[in-house]
Amino acid sequence: MTDSYGILDTQALDQLSRQIRAEIIETAHKTDAMHLGGCLSCVDILVTLYFDCMSVRPEEPAWPDRDRFILSKGHAALALYTVLAHRGFYPLEQVVTFNKEKSLFTEHPVWKNIPGVEATSGSLGHGLGIGSGMALAAKISKKPYRTFVLMSDGECEEGSVWEAALFAPTHHLGNLVAIIDYNKWQACGRSNEIMNLSPLKEKFSAFGWAAYEVDGHDIGAMITLFRSILTSPEQPVAIIAHTLKGKGVSFMEDDNNWHYRVPSVDDVRKAHQELGI
Amino acid sequence: MRDTFSEELTALAGSDPRIVLLMGDIGNHMFDRFKELYPTRFFNCGIAESNMISVAAGLAMSGFRPFVYTFSAFDVGRPFEQIRVDLAFQNLPVVIIGLGGGLTYSSLGPTHYICEDLAITRALPNMTVVCPADAVETRAAIRAALQREGPVYIRIGKKNEPVIHKTPPNFVIGKGIIIEEGTDICILGTGTILPNVIAAAHHLRESGFKPRVVSFHTIKPLDTILLEKVFSDYPLVVTVEEHSFIGGLGSAVAEWLSDQALPQRGHLMRIGIPDEFLHYAVKQKSALDAYNLSPDKLAEAIHVQYRKLF
Repeated sequence: MTDSYGILDTQALDQLSRQIRAEIIETAHKTDAMHLGGCLSCVDILVTLYFDCMSVRPEEPAWPDRDRFILSKGHAALALYTVLAHRGFYPLEQVVTFNKEKSLFTEHPVWKNIPGVEATSGSLGHGLGIGSGMALAAKISKKPYRTFVLMSDGECEEGSVWEAALFAPTHHLGNLVAIIDYNKWQACGRSNEIMNLSPLKEKFSAFGWAAYEVDGHDIGAMITLFRSILTSPEQPVAIIAHTLKGKGVSFMEDDNNWHYRVPSVDDVRKAHQELGI
Repeated sequence: MRDTFSEELTALAGSDPRIVLLMGDIGNHMFDRFKELYPTRFFNCGIAESNMISVAAGLAMSGFRPFVYTFSAFDVGRPFEQIRVDLAFQNLPVVIIGLGGGLTYSSLGPTHYICEDLAITRALPNMTVVCPADAVETRAAIRAALQREGPVYIRIGKKNEPVIHKTPPNFVIGKGIIIEEGTDICILGTGTILPNVIAAAHHLRESGFKPRVVSFHTIKPLDTILLEKVFSDYPLVVTVEEHSFIGGLGSAVAEWLSDQALPQRGHLMRIGIPDEFLHYAVKQKSALDAYNLSPDKLAEAIHVQYRKLF
C-alpha cells in the first residue's frame, strides 16, 4: 500500500507538473472553464504535497490515518482533480466530465463527490476553520495525521481566516499547515492593492504561527521546507508560497485576464508547445 | 434551560466519546463540570462564531458530534454562510444550541435578541429545527438531536423557565405533543412561549371555550400528520411563537396548508412578532405583552378571532 509517495525526484515532479498544467489547460478549453490562472499557480504546490509530503492511500481514500488536504481556494478545483487523478484516486478520463451537466466534478469541489476531496469549498475563508476542526479531531483522538489547507492570497481578506488564525495556535494545532498560494492577484486586480495583505508572513507570525516563505514553483525547495518543518507538535505552520498566476505559459503568466478567460484551440496548442507536451 | 443543556450534555458525554462542546465565550462557569470531566472535549472558541461553526464541521467530518453553544443572535445570526455550506450542504451532525432565541434578551437591545432564527435555519436543506418548550423537552431534544445524521438547530430560552411536563413525554423530533385536550380551538405553541399559551388556554376555558394545546416543538420537519388532523377536526387552529411572522411556525403551517387539498378545513390564525425591530429598552415580559403574546392578550386575540369567524 502506498502511503506517502516520495519516489520521484524533483526533475520528474517538474515534468509531472508540466504534464498536469497541459491537461488542465486542455480541460479548461474543452469544458469552458474559468479560473485557469489560479489553477496553474498552485499546481507545483499540489504536486509537492501529493507526490512527496502527504500520506494518502488512493486505493483507500477514507483511510482514517490519511493526511487531510483542503483546497480552500476551491476555484482551483480543476488543478486538484487533475492531480488526484495522477495520484491514482480515479482515472484521468473522468476529469474531462469537469463542469459538464450532472458531473460530480463540479467547478468548485464538493465533499464526497470525488475520492480525495476532503471538504466542500468555493466560498473563500472556510477551509482554515474546517481544517482546524480536523486537526483538533486528530489531537483529541491522538491520531497521527496532519491537515493541510491551501488558500489563495485574496482569500486572506476574509475575516474568518483570521478567526481560524487565532484559534489554531491557541489550541496548539501543530498538526495543521496553512499554505497560501500567493500569486498576487485576485479577480479584479492586485491583491495587495485591493486589501493590503502585506506583510503576510509577519501577520501569521504575529498570530502565533511558525511562518515561512518559499518559491511556490520550486518543488525541490518546497520538499526541503515541508520535510523540515513538520516536526513541532505545538505550533501550526503557515507557508507563504510565492507563485505566479498562470505559471508555466508565457502568455498567461501574471496576466489576470486568465482569471476568467477560457483558452482557445490555438491557446491550447501554444501552451502545450511551451510546456513541451 | 441552559443549565439543563449543560447537565444533559455532560451526562451524555460520559457514554458518548464523540461529543465535543464548542462555545462562544458565554456562560462563565456553566460548563465547569463538563470541562472538569472532559477537558480534551471542551473548547471556548472565543468571540469568533464563523470559525466555531467551521471547526465544528471539521470535527464532525472526523467522526465527532459537536455541540455549538452561544446566543442565537450570534450562532445563527453571524455565521449563516458557514452554517449553510459547512453544515447544511455537507449534512453534518452538528447541533447548534441557540440561547435566548426570541425576545429573551430584548432588554439587552437589538443586537442580542433575534426573532428571525427559525426562518433562517428552516430555509436550509437538511436542517432540523427544534424549539423545546421547557427543560424537560430540552433534555429530550438534545438526546434526540444526537441520534440525527444531519445538522440540528435547537433554540432554548435562558433559565428558570416554568416546567410544563411533570413526567418526561414521548419526545420525537417532528411530532407535536398534546399538552391539553380540547374540541373547538387547537393552539400550536412552539418553544418557551408555551407556558403563556397554556395560561391563555385556561382563560379561554373560563370564557367557555375548549381549547386543545399542543407543544409543536419541531419547526422542521413539520408534523404534517398532526396538522392534517387538527385542520380537519378544529374550526380554528392558532399558531403561537416568539418569532417573526416571516418564516417561523406560522409561516411553515401556512405554507403547508396552502398546498393541501383538504375538503373541509379549519381557519389558521397566526400570532407572532411583527416585521420590525425594537428600538427602545424593553423587558421580555412587556415586549411579549405588546405583541399579544402575554396570556391575557393571547386569550383575547384568539377569543376575538373566533367570534369574528363563527
